[in-house]
Amino acid sequence: MSVRVFLVDDHSMFRAGVRAELDSVDGEIEVVGEAGSVGEAVAGIGHLKPDVVLLDVHMPDGGGAEVLRQARPKFPEVVFLALSVSDAAEDVIAVIRAGARGYVTKTISAAELGKAIIRVSEGDAVFSPRLAGFVLDAFADRPGAAPISDPELDLLTPRERDVLRLLARGYAYKEIASELFISVKTVETHVSSVLRKTQLSNRYELSRWASDRRLV
Amino acid sequence: MTEPEAEIDRSGPTSVALPGDARLQRRRTGRALGGVAGGLADHLGMPVLWVRMAFTIGAALGGAGVLAYGLFWIFAPQQPADAPTREVSGRERQQAIGLLALGLGLTIGAWGLSSAVNGWVAGGIGVTLVGAALVWREADQSQRRRAKGAVLGGGGPAAVVRVLSGSALVAAGIAIFLLTSMGLGQVQFTLLAVVAALVGVALLTVPWWLRLVRDLGEERRARIRTEERAEIAAHLHDSVLQTLALIQKQAESPREVLRLARGQERQLRTWLYSPSGYGKVAEAEALSDVLARAAGEVEDTFAISVQSVVVGDCLLDEGLHAVVSAAREAMVNAAKHAGVGEVSVYAEVEPEQVTVFVRDRGKGFDPDTVPEDRHGLADSIHGRMERNGGRVRLRTTPGEGTEVELQMPRAKVVT
Repeated sequence: MSVRVFLVDDHSMFRAGVRAELDSVDGEIEVVGEAGSVGEAVAGIGHLKPDVVLLDVHMPDGGGAEVLRQARPKFPEVVFLALSVSDAAEDVIAVIRAGARGYVTKTISAAELGKAIIRVSEGDAVFSPRLAGFVLDAFADRPGAAPISDPELDLLTPRERDVLRLLARGYAYKEIASELFISVKTVETHVSSVLRKTQLSNRYELSRWASDRRLV
Repeated sequence: MTEPEAEIDRSGPTSVALPGDARLQRRRTGRALGGVAGGLADHLGMPVLWVRMAFTIGAALGGAGVLAYGLFWIFAPQQPADAPTREVSGRERQQAIGLLALGLGLTIGAWGLSSAVNGWVAGGIGVTLVGAALVWREADQSQRRRAKGAVLGGGGPAAVVRVLSGSALVAAGIAIFLLTSMGLGQVQFTLLAVVAALVGVALLTVPWWLRLVRDLGEERRARIRTEERAEIAAHLHDSVLQTLALIQKQAESPREVLRLARGQERQLRTWLYSPSGYGKVAEAEALSDVLARAAGEVEDTFAISVQSVVVGDCLLDEGLHAVVSAAREAMVNAAKHAGVGEVSVYAEVEPEQVTVFVRDRGKGFDPDTVPEDRHGLADSIHGRMERNGGRVRLRTTPGEGTEVELQMPRAKVVT
């Protein structure tokens, strides 16, 4: 069964490009619909019930975060993957905390994008190197940081830190696995756990980035 | 040189303000003992006889002249070896030797007459001084011969005899001095003997210490020069040579050549003359900004994409400048040789150190087969990092890409 993908981006040219790229990759991905605005997107998602929504971060009327806020409570089984040209921390962290399962930049190759879509559809997280860097930064122990209220959520384990570092260095999951002598499945578990912490932790850095986008 | 001058001012005889500019140098030729009096005379523009007499009179004042002479001998450097040779008349030489003997006699006499010290002690000290003077003079000679390694060597058997007899005189002087103190209790005598022996050794090894200190300074200057040169070579390699190579490849496209040449010219001018150029530490900039700029330059020049991630941030110091330059060179290498369109750069700032990874998934290479004349990795990366106290680790396999890891300890911030 192929993964059903819904595209949300306000540039129709870009949607057409991504659609062509994904169709060319392989038969596992099927683009079932697309939308150019927040309203269209929420309606389309409700109507088509796709597996994965490819979501542009920057759009009029609130952007990808707004789509997430309206669509996620209604359709919790739909998975969102954020896609953006911007690499600003507040954008990236904002969509992740709004519920996206991953973040990739628009410069990603078609094959990589295909892999990322399949990965999120299977319930795993997808971190671009930049996102891994932001998360490492947010969870860094620096002098004068706000006190930790919930160690379970506010701290990364050393292993998670290792995985994030290698992600930030541009390693693929398979390369990380062989570098750390663990299985790809374990790498995925670590990344998912980091994603959960990034979404739920109340660390000052994360809330600050998110609040810059008026999300918390 | 201020120290001995201050000493002289207090001791009286030659309290003349010395002009601060010209350095006082001891005479190399036409000297009776260490060339101190001659050097002072040249320096002050007065007859050498006057200076010698002043020292002699000083010697009568409780030995102050002798002390002053010794300090000058230690701290004033000798004239360079190519200084003009000075002809000395026999009369002047006789006067000098006479004054020398008189000075020594006056010193011993002054001490001997004063109630504090008895004649034997003064005699012992006098013999010690003569011996020390012999050894120091020989050291001056050997410095001229510049026998490498040996401090007092290179003068043939006569020099050895002079050094040995000087040492013997020092030892004898100390022995005389100790013999007069036999009356003391055993503990005091032992202590005195130890101190006297130490003083004797110190006296004899003064020339050696001086040589050590001066050579050290010389060596440091030489090392700084070499490092400067390496720094300049590394920069020229990264910028000018790279551009020239690109120009050769683009030779058939005049527009492209023009663009490259203009860009390089601008960059070189900035490096040479701007406030943030060569030899100046730029206004403090953040590591992330500078690294992003370097990545941008490489992207523009080689038409590849550089994915750069920086975790944490800090202001640049000299060591981190070296890291950024080395990282830039690693990116350039990846752009030129890896044969892929994307390079990943990851920098992490930790409290104690900064680590930068530059990675590509291109061809990779075998580090052992890099030709000797390739300077990129050796000078621009390894050399640069090591000069600044950093470390480089290279991981590469043919076919599986290359990763360069640069690690630099952070300068301690004084809080």
